Amino acid sequence: MSWVAGAFGFWGLAWWINLRIAASRQANTPAARLAVPVIFGVTLLVLWEGLVRGLNVPGVILPPPSAIAARIAVSGPILWADFMQTFVKGALSGYVIGCSAAFLTALAVDRFDFLRRGLLPVGSFIAALPIIGTAPILVMWFGFDWHSKAAVVVVMVFFPMLINTVEGLRSADSMSRDLMRTYAATPGQSLRKLRLPAAMPFVFNGLKIATTLSLIGAIVAEFFGSPTVGMGFRISTSVGQLALDMVWAEITVAAVAGSLFYGSIALIERAVTFWHPSQRAAN
Amino acid sequence: MRQAVGPVLAVVAAILVIWYFAAVWMNAAWTQQQAARAGTTVTFSEIVTDTMQQARPRLPAPHQVAVELWNTVVMKKVTSKRSLVYHGWITLSATLLGFGIGTGLGILLAVGIVHSRAMDMSVMPWAIASQTIPILAIAPMIIVVLNSIGISGLLPKAIISAYLSFFPVVVGMVAGLRSPETAQFDLLKTYNASRAQVFWRLRLPSSLPYLFTSLKIGIAASLVGAIVGELPTGAVAGLGARLLAGSYYGQTVQIWSALIGAAVLAGLMVGLVGVLQRVTLKRMGLSR
Repeated sequence: MSWVAGAFGFWGLAWWINLRIAASRQANTPAARLAVPVIFGVTLLVLWEGLVRGLNVPGVILPPPSAIAARIAVSGPILWADFMQTFVKGALSGYVIGCSAAFLTALAVDRFDFLRRGLLPVGSFIAALPIIGTAPILVMWFGFDWHSKAAVVVVMVFFPMLINTVEGLRSADSMSRDLMRTYAATPGQSLRKLRLPAAMPFVFNGLKIATTLSLIGAIVAEFFGSPTVGMGFRISTSVGQLALDMVWAEITVAAVAGSLFYGSIALIERAVTFWHPSQRAAN
Repeated sequence: MRQAVGPVLAVVAAILVIWYFAAVWMNAAWTQQQAARAGTTVTFSEIVTDTMQQARPRLPAPHQVAVELWNTVVMKKVTSKRSLVYHGWITLSATLLGFGIGTGLGILLAVGIVHSRAMDMSVMPWAIASQTIPILAIAPMIIVVLNSIGISGLLPKAIISAYLSFFPVVVGMVAGLRSPETAQFDLLKTYNASRAQVFWRLRLPSSLPYLFTSLKIGIAASLVGAIVGELPTGAVAGLGARLLAGSYYGQTVQIWSALIGAAVLAGLMVGLVGVLQRVTLKRMGLSR
């Protein structure tokens, strides 16, 4: 029982500290903005650990964070191999192919108003569909290895990226477009100097949505068939063996990889769209 | 809206044409293999007709999928296990239950975040960060763990759906509840309005446009959650089970019809939320 009491005691203490920080005059400093969520996250881990130990929850239902950390520490090579297979080979290559294909398609679509009016509604409809369902078909076509995972990722990221880019290419305001006309700019010049830069916030929005989708696509596609390596393969087989600490270890890796991927795209966005109000406000 | 009909139809027709060509191209290898095994040669027109009617094509032609859909939706009784309506209903019920739970909890958390500074500072960064995490990866574990403590059937799938629709609703609702302008808050302050009055009269009504946008994302995510939640239980029932069973036995026509079924379901639900959005916002005078 002492574990449970200790966990709830820690919760109370942490909550009190957070209330104090939030009510204090330094609440808007970067340090406070970092400290409060970190304290909250640590509290969740402590509660988890304390409740699992105190209530003797069996490891096949919910392993404590310490067991997961220990599992991560000892199975580094396996996790690394799975990460390379699923993230680098499957998700990343699919992400690059899908996003660049969608970007080029958007440039073509933008030239023809007829195509834009036809493809945009169809594209936004398809983007709302459960595209993950094409995974079994693509696994059948491209085999069990990472090629089929990359194909699933391509299909998943294509439409969100396409819609965002097409929207972005239209976003330059009419004043600026008129200005380009008065300069007698060719369509190519107007695209390069005005409309592409103006589209960048939308393009990066699409790129950021696609980061999460690519990881989901690569992992779920492995549930339909994979070689004996990969994060999705490890998750589904470890669940079958009730080795839940391994499952949580893979999920931790996936979460960290997903956040870093998203974060790096967001960093590039900050460098490219430094002129946009949303970025200027952050600085 | 009217002027989009022509281009949309053209694009859909183009997709169908490409589909037919791809079906011929991808299925031709099998036809030629069969012919070579039988020791006969096939002409081009024979190849084309054969690729349209294989039992297990690599890519079924659109009319094959349409026939399969007609057979499994209209011709079978809805209680039959071979009816797509039966499987669709199982997935839909999990989706709707999960969507309800997720939306309800999401709105409650958003209300808490808006009214408590400490909660805002501690929970909000995690809610945003969690959107970058492939949450779907934990679906198999939730199913198996809940199964091992005796909870099976609808609820585990609904929990995954709820989890997926939860975060979009939280993020959208927080933005919505904060959307009124300072002048409006000041006005209510001069009326000496209580916090509850500010919430019911100002915050909640102005959050609705944001809420509906989140609901559209959330319900599509819920459906994906329910479908993926059906995979690890070993393909018993539901659209996800149809996908998995189809991929086990190479029944491509079945996979495609389940896929179209899921697409129609998603389209209907998003469309329904859209209609609800338009009607509600119109009655509140918020539509543009």
